[in-house]
Amino acid sequence: MEVRVQNLTKIFGSLRANDDISLTFAGGQIHGVLGENGAGKSTLMKLLSGFLRPDAGEVWLDGKPVALGDPGAALRAGVGMVHQDPLDLPGFSALENLLCAAPRWALPSRTEARNTLTILAGRLGFSIAPDDRVAALTVGQRQQLEIIRLLACGARALILDEPTTGISAAQARALFVALRRLAQEGNTVLFVSHKLDEVADLCHTVSVLRTGKVVGAGQMVMPQPQEHLLNMMFGPSSGDHTPPRRATLQPTDRPAWRLDAVTAREGNLTLSGLNLSLPAGAVVGLSGLEGSGQQILLRLLCGRVQPEAGRVLLEGADLTTAGAEAFRRNGVEYLPADRLVEGLVGPLTLADHFALLDRQGAVINRRHAEAAARQAIADYQIKATPMSPIMSLSGGNQQRAMLSMVPAETRALVCEQPTRGLDVASARAVWGRLHARRDAGCAVVFASADLDEILDYSDYILVFFAGRVSRLLPRAELHAARLGELIGGVDFAEVEEHAA
Amino acid sequence: MSSEQGRIGGKQRGLIFGMVALAGALLFTSLVLLSSGVNPLEAYQLIFLGSFSSPIRMSDMVMLGAPLILCSAGLTLTFAAGLYNLGIEGQMIIGAVAAMLPLRLFSDLPVPLLWLLAFTCGAAGGAAWALLAGGLRIGLRVNEIFAGLGLNFLASGIALYLVLGPWRRVGQASSSGTQPLPTDLWLPTLDKLRLAPAAPIIALLALAAIWFAVTHTRWGLELRAVGMNPQAAGRMGIPATRRLAESFAACGAMAGLAGTIQVLGVFHQLIPSISSGIGLLALLVVLLVRANPVWVLPVAAAFAIFSVGSLQMPLALGADSSIAGVLQGAIVLFALLGRGLSVTIHTSPRIQMLTQRRKGAKPSTE
Repeated sequence: MEVRVQNLTKIFGSLRANDDISLTFAGGQIHGVLGENGAGKSTLMKLLSGFLRPDAGEVWLDGKPVALGDPGAALRAGVGMVHQDPLDLPGFSALENLLCAAPRWALPSRTEARNTLTILAGRLGFSIAPDDRVAALTVGQRQQLEIIRLLACGARALILDEPTTGISAAQARALFVALRRLAQEGNTVLFVSHKLDEVADLCHTVSVLRTGKVVGAGQMVMPQPQEHLLNMMFGPSSGDHTPPRRATLQPTDRPAWRLDAVTAREGNLTLSGLNLSLPAGAVVGLSGLEGSGQQILLRLLCGRVQPEAGRVLLEGADLTTAGAEAFRRNGVEYLPADRLVEGLVGPLTLADHFALLDRQGAVINRRHAEAAARQAIADYQIKATPMSPIMSLSGGNQQRAMLSMVPAETRALVCEQPTRGLDVASARAVWGRLHARRDAGCAVVFASADLDEILDYSDYILVFFAGRVSRLLPRAELHAARLGELIGGVDFAEVEEHAA
Repeated sequence: MSSEQGRIGGKQRGLIFGMVALAGALLFTSLVLLSSGVNPLEAYQLIFLGSFSSPIRMSDMVMLGAPLILCSAGLTLTFAAGLYNLGIEGQMIIGAVAAMLPLRLFSDLPVPLLWLLAFTCGAAGGAAWALLAGGLRIGLRVNEIFAGLGLNFLASGIALYLVLGPWRRVGQASSSGTQPLPTDLWLPTLDKLRLAPAAPIIALLALAAIWFAVTHTRWGLELRAVGMNPQAAGRMGIPATRRLAESFAACGAMAGLAGTIQVLGVFHQLIPSISSGIGLLALLVVLLVRANPVWVLPVAAAFAIFSVGSLQMPLALGADSSIAGVLQGAIVLFALLGRGLSVTIHTSPRIQMLTQRRKGAKPSTE
């Protein structure tokens, strides 16, 4: 089935998540869709599968315009989507899942459903039996069940969103065999990923999205050189990155954190056997596609994730199982990306926050708190009054407010996307503050999806690729193109820590 | 959830929505009255002014208002912490049961000491029962609404068992209550009235203390921070679970005091329905005032006036007194509706886009 989108646009608030996208996905082929996080891949796929409705533009299936009001309508029209986290009912058996989600005409009886499931599973080489309980299946098997369900309901175009995240290599191989087979039978497969090697391995064509738009000439026939694709994904590097302003530190400098053979897991991603020493008085940038493991390391460093094995030491003290509050007491401050979710209390005012942080006395000293807030407003150029609720501030001001609340005695800062959503001037101001902290001897570790930010502000860089971690790379040794390659996994083994 | 949200849109908007809500509630109640053939004007006269028609009724109103204020004040604490303490009825009952203990066990102690013991035990009992719900919520992740409702049934069962069993009247078991307390143990009442001045005094003192705690202490601010965003509060070093437990305990203690007043000042015995639905009425009060103790006094007083005033409905108008409940419920419902509408209007992207376009203002990014 040929799937075509024409001038598709979807707007969330002030964000154009999909901006005038026109693409044609021919039947009988596997089409890769690439893009970094926030590029608009998921939005496009949700528009195609009826989970979202476009604000403008059309979807054409086999040359006819269709209105896909909801996922059910999309499936009736022949488009089905396999989500990254399978949308199934864990309490049911595989067969029951198939039955309850299928329209009456597709599977008229239980026996028929059982046959359909067995036949499809056999044909695609999937290891699923009708009476398996879904809760006991692996993510890969649940994905297989979902594919079977969509096919049984008449899907002729399948969308897979990051399907190889969290499944075993063997399951990925089985999946690829099945997808190739489905394409040969005339189905259309849309493969959304940020793993370049998988796209190179599997796809007939590739399209790259960036900031909601199709990059370059549109759909390209594979194979394409990897650097070319990376360039398209991340945009041409802005060129002159100011070299680090200070002499490179020796990695043997006083370490803030030390990780000994740490294994930690969050969701379906695992970092294993991590040996790392992070220096004080330096900025370490964590780079990689979102969900490659940076998050886990950040959370390890502030005690919000506890390792399954190994030790986490902070300035020599073993805090492996101590928990976030102990890290905080030992001078580690965590600045989350979602400022209003984990960072600050939105409805409370700036002065309220300073009152909360001032631990002296049972009765609040309003004058004191307001004076502290006023001081912060002046020091950090926050556009607010002491009585402004935090949630009425703009993102940049919220970020500066959060920074202004970092206690003076903080010895280590863990920042997640410190300048996300900030304009250039605000970002620069935030970094001015972070560098001042660093120069005072504080360790700063941050994760960012923005390569320019990593290159501009880091003293050291750690690159993450699908749960693998590079050694601590001095910024001076990396240039933009090489960093882009590493993020895409090109020659990643070169920078990995070799077993001592 | 966030009590401060209204502040952003300005107080005027809140006032307008409040007036519209009140008008809507009156309209709705009038329709109910008309449909049952009662003249709404006469009915409202009774509901609004009936409580002031005689000194006895006024004293009844005060004696209903006192425990209502205590429960409502307690609930502002759990509400501030983001909790829905539906177990307040049970906490009141267990408070009353606990207050009975010293009265029965040490009846030869001096009376003022007994009162003190009764109030202490009542508060402790209510707090312990609330901590049970809190423990289920914090330790076992049982939603406090379900834990509270379950514990309410359990508390009623305990009270009924005591009334019919170990604490039954001499010679007979009656579900109407235990042996009345000796009259010297009753809270002293005004001459010829059922008004025990100690009850409103305790209630107002407790309300003042809670108002001070919520608005002026670090503990109150921390409680509100935990209620609005436990994750962020934890990041800032506030012991979130501990604050949750404390708000449960404090609310339970208030309910326990209310239960003790029911025993010492109103019924002078333990009866199975000792809570008289006051905890539930307090939940309605708190849905209106939310985490703002300042409004507890006027709203609780109004609700007490409606409840006592409507008691004369059956005799005067041949209508059931439950119309006060209809009015109270309708006010809360319309207030919630109004608040929801106000938030929807305030946050709807389409409406915001329209107003921004009208103002010609650019969406602010910095």
